[in-house]
Amino acid sequence: MAEPVLRLAAIRKSYNPGTPTEVEVLHGVDLELHAREFCALMGPSGSGKSTLLNIMGLLDHPTSGRLFLNAAEATGLDDRALTRLRGRGIGFVFQYHHLIPAFSAHENVLMPMLVDRGRPDARMRARADELLSSVGLARWRDNPANKLSGGQQQRVAVARALAMDPPLLLADEPTGNLDTKSAQGVFDLLREASRSRGTTVLFVTHNHALAAQCDRVIELVDGRIIKNGTGR
Amino acid sequence: MRDWLPFEWIAASRFLREGRLQTVSIIVGVSIGVAVIIFMSAALAGQQANIVRRVLSSQPHIVLLPPPEAARPLRGDVAEAAIVQKPLQRMRSIDQWQKIVEELRMLGPVAAVAPLASGPAFAVRGEASRSVNLQGIEPPSYFRIVPLAEKIVAGTTRLGAQDVVIGTDLGTDLGVTVGDKLNLRVASGRGATLTVSGVVDLGSKFVNQRTAFVALPTAQALLGLPGGVSAIDVTVRDIYAAEDVAQAIRAGTGVEADSWIKTNAQLFLAINAQMVANTAIRFFVGLAVAFGIAAVLIVSVVQKSKEIGILRAMGASRGQILRVFLLQGAALGLAGSLTGCALGAAAILLWQRLMLNPDGTPLFPLELDPRLFAAATLLATLTGLVAAFVPALRGSRMDPVVAIRG
Repeated sequence: MAEPVLRLAAIRKSYNPGTPTEVEVLHGVDLELHAREFCALMGPSGSGKSTLLNIMGLLDHPTSGRLFLNAAEATGLDDRALTRLRGRGIGFVFQYHHLIPAFSAHENVLMPMLVDRGRPDARMRARADELLSSVGLARWRDNPANKLSGGQQQRVAVARALAMDPPLLLADEPTGNLDTKSAQGVFDLLREASRSRGTTVLFVTHNHALAAQCDRVIELVDGRIIKNGTGR
Repeated sequence: MRDWLPFEWIAASRFLREGRLQTVSIIVGVSIGVAVIIFMSAALAGQQANIVRRVLSSQPHIVLLPPPEAARPLRGDVAEAAIVQKPLQRMRSIDQWQKIVEELRMLGPVAAVAPLASGPAFAVRGEASRSVNLQGIEPPSYFRIVPLAEKIVAGTTRLGAQDVVIGTDLGTDLGVTVGDKLNLRVASGRGATLTVSGVVDLGSKFVNQRTAFVALPTAQALLGLPGGVSAIDVTVRDIYAAEDVAQAIRAGTGVEADSWIKTNAQLFLAINAQMVANTAIRFFVGLAVAFGIAAVLIVSVVQKSKEIGILRAMGASRGQILRVFLLQGAALGLAGSLTGCALGAAAILLWQRLMLNPDGTPLFPLELDPRLFAAATLLATLTGLVAAFVPALRGSRMDPVVAIRG
């Protein structure tokens, strides 16, 4: 079997370690995500979903355990190496879209490429245009990000997450603040990205209907995976 | 978004544009600070230059005098005297003055050198007489030190063997003017009757009552200094280096050398105090500008914490975030300093136009010194950069998870 895009081995995460107020929120999580997989991560609030997602996204460090991204170990790397890995290998979609209001929709999509390469160029602009078209927002290209509707902003966030063509896309409740129709639209975009681009997607959601449409559903309760199987 | 602009410049300019009100406020603040620094510096420098010019335009920066005569009692076999009487300080010539003058003219810091034969004399006209300071000069070299032509109120500065140029008040006291005869006598009894060729205003009633300029040979003959000079006047290029130059001359020639700093100690202290006050004003205004920029950027870092977290999640390095905020500080400093320079220049021009003496000349001249503007611009930009450092560091060290969570 091919190497997983992401592999977690015995990941533990404690807050305030070594103090009387130490709280362990992840208790030895083992997980593999394979290429083109579209997985849902479910679990009640406070179960450790966001913490797990932050560790997977190299935004946070586990207290112990090992993390492999495309077979290369990422635990123990310094901030510079993690930043580079994160920029080129992982796309993020957050619950509150988190677009940068100072920039237009097109510029927000361009941003990960700009951060990576330093200066904008015609190829990057064309790619941003293509991504905006793919999420149906070509017309709103030059609109300031904060002048778009919630659904539109989340679509821009999806386009931005795909800008670097990352092998892994982590979406933290991207449909949590959207109406049913918009939620399904964003979900379909992510699904389509997974199919057409071969992106592995981990989709955090409380929506059972959406989770049911995923290849796999992972359920996290009290920092432990209690279910890891097909969604349908 | 221009293709040639790097990410950091694009982000910095957008963040500044987004917080437009804050940006404009701090630019106005920096502008006022820079304008105050420029105007105050120009005003104080102008006033100082004016005072120095008025004082030093009628006197040399350094005066060289013969070394004081000292008693040299015999020692050895002869019994030492119980009392050594201090010798009288006779009027003497500076030994080998021509050689010293030539050497001084070769020195880099020296601008002009003029030998003088000067001493006390009486100006006599009929029953009236006044004690004067007789100054025997070589006009071409002396005029480079004291531009008498600029001070002439009647006649010319012609100084032939039979000519004398006198101060205005001496002329009034003795009732003489251009073309009149004036008798000059010294204590030894020597005297000469000369023609008044010019009347000068040296800027001080006391000096105007007691000054008479004659040609060097005339003074040498009157004062009993044939071929000799009693003093050498020197001007230097940097007036504040006069004491250092005087010390070097003293060490090199063995003659007495007194700088204007020594002979006008109180004036120099006052000028020095003014310079310290000027520096203090510039420092505190600069400090206020720096704190203003730092405060705005600290607020900006807090306001932009989510954006910082998102950019970090996208792969922006700590260095990139640091540069984004440093650039904002530098841009605020630069923009503020440029408008401040314009404001300062306008204030200086307005001052020159409105603040006038009764004769229509400026109260004191203020210069639009390009070096001052360049220094203020550089200083304000650097201040912006330094002030931005702490907020920039804070932004760059933000934990992306905490930043995104806000």
